[in-house]
Amino acid sequence: MSAVLATTGPSAYWYLTRSTGAVALILLTLALALGVVDIRRWSSEAWPRFVVDSLHRNVSLLALAFLGLHILTAVLDSFAPISLVNAVVPFTGTYRPLWLGLGALSFDLIVAVILTSLLRRRMGHSIWRTIHWLTYASWPIALLHGLGTGSDVKSTWMLAISLGCLVVVIGAVLVRVAAGWPDQLARRSAALGAAAIFTLGLLLWLPGGPLGKEWARRSGTPAALLGHSGRASSSAGANAASASISSPSSANTSAEENR
Amino acid sequence: MCAELLPERIVLDEWGYPILDERPLPAELVSHAQRAAQACPTFALLVERERG
Amino acid sequence: MSPNLNGTTAELEPIFDGTGPRSAATLPRLLEGVPARGAMSLQTHLDTHGELPTGRRRDRRGAAALIDQIEQAGLGGRGGAGFPMATKMRTVAAGRGKPIVVVNATEGEPASLKDRTLLETLPHLVLDGAALAARAIGADEAILCICESAGVGFERVAQAIAERDQLAGHWPRIVLSSAPQGYVAGHESALVNHLNGGPAKPTFSPPMPFERGVRRRPTLVNNAETVAHVALIARHGPRWFRELGLADQPGSTLITLSGPLAYPGVYEVEYGASLSSLLDAAGGTRTRVRAALFGGYAGTWVEGASLPKLALSNAHLAPYGAGLGAGVVVLLSELACPVAETARVTRWLAGESAGQCGPCVHGLDALANTLEDVCRGTSQGDAMRRVDRLSLLVNRRGACAHPDGTVRFVTSAADVFAEELADHARHGSCEACERQPELPLPSNRPMTKAGSSS
Repeated sequence: MSAVLATTGPSAYWYLTRSTGAVALILLTLALALGVVDIRRWSSEAWPRFVVDSLHRNVSLLALAFLGLHILTAVLDSFAPISLVNAVVPFTGTYRPLWLGLGALSFDLIVAVILTSLLRRRMGHSIWRTIHWLTYASWPIALLHGLGTGSDVKSTWMLAISLGCLVVVIGAVLVRVAAGWPDQLARRSAALGAAAIFTLGLLLWLPGGPLGKEWARRSGTPAALLGHSGRASSSAGANAASASISSPSSANTSAEENR
Repeated sequence: MCAELLPERIVLDEWGYPILDERPLPAELVSHAQRAAQACPTFALLVERERG
Repeated sequence: MSPNLNGTTAELEPIFDGTGPRSAATLPRLLEGVPARGAMSLQTHLDTHGELPTGRRRDRRGAAALIDQIEQAGLGGRGGAGFPMATKMRTVAAGRGKPIVVVNATEGEPASLKDRTLLETLPHLVLDGAALAARAIGADEAILCICESAGVGFERVAQAIAERDQLAGHWPRIVLSSAPQGYVAGHESALVNHLNGGPAKPTFSPPMPFERGVRRRPTLVNNAETVAHVALIARHGPRWFRELGLADQPGSTLITLSGPLAYPGVYEVEYGASLSSLLDAAGGTRTRVRAALFGGYAGTWVEGASLPKLALSNAHLAPYGAGLGAGVVVLLSELACPVAETARVTRWLAGESAGQCGPCVHGLDALANTLEDVCRGTSQGDAMRRVDRLSLLVNRRGACAHPDGTVRFVTSAADVFAEELADHARHGSCEACERQPELPLPSNRPMTKAGSSS
């Protein structure tokens, strides 16, 4: 049976971590958008405000659940050496430390936001609100994490999801900033400026970055994992040469490139 | 939101702020009132227990 | 022997060896010897009123005996609420932690000048009272809060505090502090918030200042005039205090009287004195009086025709829906336009909202808009019905009593000035609208002198 496990195909965890990551991004996008709808006090006959509010809270919790799964499966997946510590303490770890670290950072911010929201009654309203604004920071950081670490970044569907979510978030930010314009002009202009700079920077960076050549290597994948012809066995991963897929060398590099 | 969750006791004024009917709550409304109080973003509502 | 509140008689012995009980009950008391210029010096103050009573027993119980005296005297707060001083002192003294005293001399009411008068001309009365009250509740510090726009009052009080270094005995430290200008900034909780470093806005959530106020200590907040009375009760005893005034509102009080009078200003009266006697003391009215406002801009208008029947006490004014508040009486002459005056003051009151509660912010603004429209004759539909509706909507829906006060002011104006309001709604501004406004607001407050009426 162990021989079966030591296949060179990707483990279930790897699929799960990718998919839960994508779903988490979608849910976080939805939660943010619902948050804006909530604070704008939008409602209709069929969608009273308390429903919008409940939906915002529940989608956020669901996003957290998927995030938890995403982290767990990433840790359990044996290909890349990601420990639980790496997953919550940013920028530790050997696997793409920067890009993974951004994920850890985003996760920490989200946990802070959710914890303070659960304990809302015990703190002043303005303290709660200021911390809640960290969501606007956690989202772009999560996106960058996905683009930098994600194995599917070059695939059309993942790119479409990422950019689609970006469009939704930009729209939400615009709607949020427009409320009560032009009060608090400095704050609102700063928010718009930050959103514009981020988007522009992102679009300029993508072609030469994750969508460019040899991103796996450039993003900090440990050398031992590069050029691998496939997946290592679940025991250690680093040096188990999988001679079972005897493929030409080009296939070797492209296997890692596709992560 | 509170007016949606407890329309029996809360209506909104022309500026969207709640006007409360402060009569004692019948038993079946208490849990609804608690939910309405918790939903308030500024914690302006309280459900109080009256003595005696 | 005089009956105490419970109807039984008891010998009220003077506990402090100050100047002892005075026999003849006369006015002025606080305003005795008030100087025409400058502040009364410490020596003159001690000559006029007697030595500062240090107490027969130099311990905590001796100091706390003053609270008994104040209770027997029936001293109520002079800041508007009239809350029994002794009850407040006892509550604070029993609180957790070392108590602290705050003397509220901010006087945010534009039509009131009595606290400013005390600070500028008789500071030692206030300082005596602050020190005595602090000692009685076991506090070692009293913070005297003066409005930042006070001007000369600040220097005079600072000078008076410096003079007191000569005093014998160990007295609680008195510290001067300035508070921002604002109608609601003088609210107890607003002042405490400000002293704790926050905004000068009222709060409504517990704990209350008497439990946990300045620096989380039980805080006694009192009006400056209230503590001035304490200074005299400590010297002359409760029986003396009760020789003037009424059984349920004893003693004397300072009234700021403004309007078309020969001598508008601050007067000391005994509770229950007739309004006519006060007007006589002020040299009589220069024009006919359309109406009088009692209690300040959170108070009530009373028809001019009713004025001769009125006496100066809450009990006598209650049937007219009025009260003395912080001792404010403003007369409006027949020459003024009551609609323009009311609209102007309502707009000012709307601007003084702390901005914390939606119904107050929106409601007072809407009230002011409606009254301004009525004044100009541009109102749509039944404007006065809208005023009534807004008043109901706004009343008691704020965290503090500011909207309630404005509603009281507006609804009594709607009642007393119904005719002029209807007239303006139909025909627009009248000639009198262009006149110089009579009701004082911070930018146009006239200077007046202090006097007394017996």
